[in-house]
Amino acid sequence: MQIVVNGTPQATDAQTLLELCETLGFGKARVATAVNGDFVAVPARAARKLCADDKIEIVAPRQGG
Amino acid sequence: MLTTTDTNSDTLTLYGKPFSSRLLLGTARYPSPKILSQAVTTSEAEIITVSLRRESARGQDGQRFWDLINELGVTVLPNTAGCRTVREAVTTANMARELFSTPWIKLEVIANDDTLQPDIFHLVEAARILVEDGFQVFPYTTDDLSVAERLLEAGCDVLMPWGAPIGTGRGLANPYALRTMRNYFPDTPLIVDAGVGKPSHATQAMELGYDGIMLNTAVALAEDPARMAKAFAMSIDAGRLAWKAGIMEERDMAVPSTPVAGTPFFDLDAG
Repeated sequence: MQIVVNGTPQATDAQTLLELCETLGFGKARVATAVNGDFVAVPARAARKLCADDKIEIVAPRQGG
Repeated sequence: MLTTTDTNSDTLTLYGKPFSSRLLLGTARYPSPKILSQAVTTSEAEIITVSLRRESARGQDGQRFWDLINELGVTVLPNTAGCRTVREAVTTANMARELFSTPWIKLEVIANDDTLQPDIFHLVEAARILVEDGFQVFPYTTDDLSVAERLLEAGCDVLMPWGAPIGTGRGLANPYALRTMRNYFPDTPLIVDAGVGKPSHATQAMELGYDGIMLNTAVALAEDPARMAKAFAMSIDAGRLAWKAGIMEERDMAVPSTPVAGTPFFDLDAG
């Protein structure tokens, strides 16, 4: 199915957010996630099923003012 | 009340945490991570602001910055920079709480790109939601007193009014409003956030009785950021000391500082 990760459309076979994170190489990375604008905590990623056209945000610590 | 300013030891306490430094330093726009580290170290800043952004390198960029933060050993204040709606701000705050393992959040809800001014309506609403969810909120706000009251009612224990628009370096655009705000909220920690361009601006704010200064660009874009960070730390200390010492009132007319009585030749022309 087609989803959007960090603003970029892409195809995925991942069924859950956890699977997607692992597929993209973020499995053990210090990242936070949101799906369609809603925060999804680390323990909830496995239960968060993905649907076509979902918009996923994967963010990490960065410099800020 | 969790947040107080202890004037005896001059410790700044924010949400129960004591600090000896009154400089809150941003971490963006430095020439290199090494220079950022030097700026934090030389200024002895104890609080740094951080952010979160989309990760594109399989977590490596974020991990490197996370390692740098840990090496510095300072308190981290994550922001919601770039958020324009309540939903964006609340979601970003939640992601920041998980990433940085802190309930602190520097709440920014921006109204437009040209001024980066706070959207005060959404700011108050987001603050209320976040406080109810256990966050300790540092709202980036204007110097409007009614907004400040709403933020305090929402549960914010600290206010961060702007000096001038973010990144302008113009200093305190409205010292009168900031002075009024200080007088109106004598027991609330007030930190000038944004617009501070040079150390004298920081001193001016501290002389008004502000509890701290939050800045980033003025240090990061200096020719020598580490030295400028130290200059800001010193200027903040000077302004704080002046405030505690009690600044004289301004007068319209001159008053001789040297005693008039006993002036020699004072009566030569009197005949």
